[in-house]
Amino acid sequence: MIPRPDPTLETLVLNMGPQHPSTHGVLRVVLKLDGEYVLEAHPVIGYGHRMHEKMGEVRNVSGFYANVGRMDYAGALSFGHGHVLAVERMLGIEVPPRAEYIRVITTELNRIASHLLWFGAFLLDLGAFTPILYSFDDREYILDLLEHVTGARLTFSYFRVGGVNRDLDERFIQGTRVFIRRMRSRFEAYHKLVTGNVIFRKRVEGVGIISPDMIRKYGATGPVARGSGIPYDIRRVEPYSVYSELDFDIPTFPEGDCFARYRVRLAEMEQSLRIVEQALDRLPDGSVMAEKVPRKLKLGPGEVYQAVEAARGELGYYLAGDGTDVPYRLKIRPPSYSNLSLLNELASGVLLADLVAIMGSLDLVIPEIDR
Amino acid sequence: MIRYFREIFEGLWSLLVGLKVTGRFALAPTVTTHYPFDELEVTPNYRGHIDLVVNPKTGKDKCIVCMMCQRACPSGCITVKGEKPEGAKKKVLTEYRLDFTKCSLCGNCVEACPTSAIEFSHEYNLAGTSRHDFHYDLVERFRDRCRALGVEPKIADLTPVAPKPPES
Amino acid sequence: MTDVFPPDLIRLIVSFVIVVAFAFTNAAVLVLVERKICGHIQRRPGPFEVGPHGLLQTAVDGMKLMAKQMLVPRNADASLFRAAPILSFVPPIAALIVVPFARLLQVRDLDIGVLFILSLAAVNVLAILVAGWSSANKYSLFGAIRAVAQNVAYEIPLLLSLLTIVIWVGSFRMSDIVAAQGGFWFAFTPMGFVAFLVYFICGIAETNRAPFDLPEAESELTAGFHTEYAGMGFGLFFLGEYTNMLLVSAIATTLFLGGWNGPAFLTTTGTGFWATVIQTLWFLAKVYGLIVVMIWVRWTYPRVRFDQLLNFCWKILIPISMANLAVTAVWLKL
Ligand code: SF4
Ligand code: SF4
Repeated sequence: MIPRPDPTLETLVLNMGPQHPSTHGVLRVVLKLDGEYVLEAHPVIGYGHRMHEKMGEVRNVSGFYANVGRMDYAGALSFGHGHVLAVERMLGIEVPPRAEYIRVITTELNRIASHLLWFGAFLLDLGAFTPILYSFDDREYILDLLEHVTGARLTFSYFRVGGVNRDLDERFIQGTRVFIRRMRSRFEAYHKLVTGNVIFRKRVEGVGIISPDMIRKYGATGPVARGSGIPYDIRRVEPYSVYSELDFDIPTFPEGDCFARYRVRLAEMEQSLRIVEQALDRLPDGSVMAEKVPRKLKLGPGEVYQAVEAARGELGYYLAGDGTDVPYRLKIRPPSYSNLSLLNELASGVLLADLVAIMGSLDLVIPEIDR
Repeated sequence: MIRYFREIFEGLWSLLVGLKVTGRFALAPTVTTHYPFDELEVTPNYRGHIDLVVNPKTGKDKCIVCMMCQRACPSGCITVKGEKPEGAKKKVLTEYRLDFTKCSLCGNCVEACPTSAIEFSHEYNLAGTSRHDFHYDLVERFRDRCRALGVEPKIADLTPVAPKPPES
Repeated sequence: MTDVFPPDLIRLIVSFVIVVAFAFTNAAVLVLVERKICGHIQRRPGPFEVGPHGLLQTAVDGMKLMAKQMLVPRNADASLFRAAPILSFVPPIAALIVVPFARLLQVRDLDIGVLFILSLAAVNVLAILVAGWSSANKYSLFGAIRAVAQNVAYEIPLLLSLLTIVIWVGSFRMSDIVAAQGGFWFAFTPMGFVAFLVYFICGIAETNRAPFDLPEAESELTAGFHTEYAGMGFGLFFLGEYTNMLLVSAIATTLFLGGWNGPAFLTTTGTGFWATVIQTLWFLAKVYGLIVVMIWVRWTYPRVRFDQLLNFCWKILIPISMANLAVTAVWLKL
């Protein structure tokens, strides 16, 4: 229930959002406050609802390529990856290995970009203005690289059923190698400026503790789950694409507070760099598009569920077909939706400033929740 | 007691370390571009709105008016029209309109075209005061681009039907 | 002639005009300096297009602010709402009167100079309270509440640290304090250094600047107490903030960094024109050095939380400054 103003004036009802600097988009959180202490926090969603799922049911598969990137603007490629994998699974299309490697390389770069964006925005929530500019400096390199191969900086629509729509060239490969070196050298400054900073530590340590039980209860995934000590990562538990051939760790931290989630994401960036590096080394030759992709993709009859690990957690596509080229049902399980549902339980009894830190540490991307 | 002072000193030290990082970056050169004055080179793979491919030698287009692009577009932003001139075998493109306000730059049209008659432009400095500024007449753009390349545009040159004089 | 206009009055009016002009220039310069430093810390050039290297940016911004309408929210207490910005910038300007810029360059050398400044500086919190309360906005109200708790708490260690110097010198008079630092500066003595550090931290908190900018905490309270202000009302708050910074640094310079004294042999205690110029330059150099550090600090750290802010004050700053005061008192007696 959304709280109503209290006639006794003991508590205060405050609308945080839909326009508020730290709700990052159009999320509205209705707060019931006692002084600065939050009693209840009710997220109100739907301000950015664009009917993406419904659009998936009236368009054919290729018509939906553009939609996937619009749901999560920070990590668009994972969304594309899940979509094409679901369709390929339904149709039994074999993707050439080079295409799969390219998908992994670009998705992991996109994951780093997404985490960098989160890093800056989280620090901005905590009141530090400068780190976001440093992380954007790095993110800009990734976007330049991805722009060079996909043609767009944010809404890539790069993956196609059966492969990808453009091959990597030498400039991208060299640029990525340079970027990996550069990014590794930048982490030191991040750790000095932020991780070690006493004010930052005091703001995030022991704040917003999520127990593993809560994670299971609410179905939270991604860095949020791994920050509570649950090593749940789709890339490991249900390997898709070529992740089973690559060597990387799943960073987990048991504390469950904002700081653990922060460290998970920073460690994940380093792991993603490892993945990109290995994938570049092993990049096979060959075509980037499967030979026998029918022009008209007839789906089903039947249904598939395909999950991938997006930057924010488990992203699932449920696709049901009835034999036509337009899906009968397309259901998307975005990670942030479940992660957001943790908020009310986390928020009771914390200070307003902590609520902002907690929301930041959940890494919410609102368009993905609203869809 | 010792812990109390240790904490203070460690805290202060971490703050000084932070100051050193920002101080060092402050003295390093800036990384931004003074946008309207300097521009970065745009990658040749950039996907702007679509354009008709110009043959720089002949000034002809490659479109065969098969309507594949119009059908492939999920947002319905393309309108293609063609006519069969007297005695000709093939249809000739007479009109190609793009409603860029609806385009999501998915690239389906370019992939669908059997003759590779359309390509992505590199226009990104797009601004307008009305949404009609983004309804492009690609045939008109084709003519302009031909002239910029120094060839005579040979597109849609059927004798245009003279517009009716307004009735008084 | 002198009967109608007593020379003292003329002197007062002229100096007041000069002080106000100085405060405005200072704010204009500091806005630009802050944006430039912030820009370079973030690896961008800051304002660049208006005038050479963006030098005229503040003038243009000021013009924009003046041209804008000052809206009063419908439920606001209109008269208080309008009074708050003025309340925020007049006291720090008035306090500049007792600041000794050079041996002769001081409007009034009150024998309670330090007290005078501190009591005027304390009015700042009233301005924030009035602004936050009269805006009829929940965010503004939170900003006001925070500001009061914060400023009241931080006034204590601030006073204690200044008291260290006052009992050392044995006078509240600014000129006496400067004169006592002819040979050495208090900041370079152990007790003086601790007091200086405590004072500087409290000074940042008193001016409500990051990392203690809780009353305006952008990510929590949108803009805190000045959420509802537009146009020149907002501009005056800015002016007040920068004048306050100037004041805090001026006090620090006077009490801890030797005022208008230069280091060792580069100094002069003369009263001639050139001596005055040199002394003023030393003074301003130190003041702006401190301000640059304040700006640097602001663009480096995250914001502290409200309970941590008060804990820090009561558990660390106050005990330390009290101990420091006690040590100083004992040492002076010996
Ligand atoms: S890019 Fe996509 S949306 Fe745009 S015109 Fe082509 S098919 Fe239509
Ligand atoms: S542009 Fe290509 S797809 Fe479109 S009508 Fe012409 S030939 Fe066909």
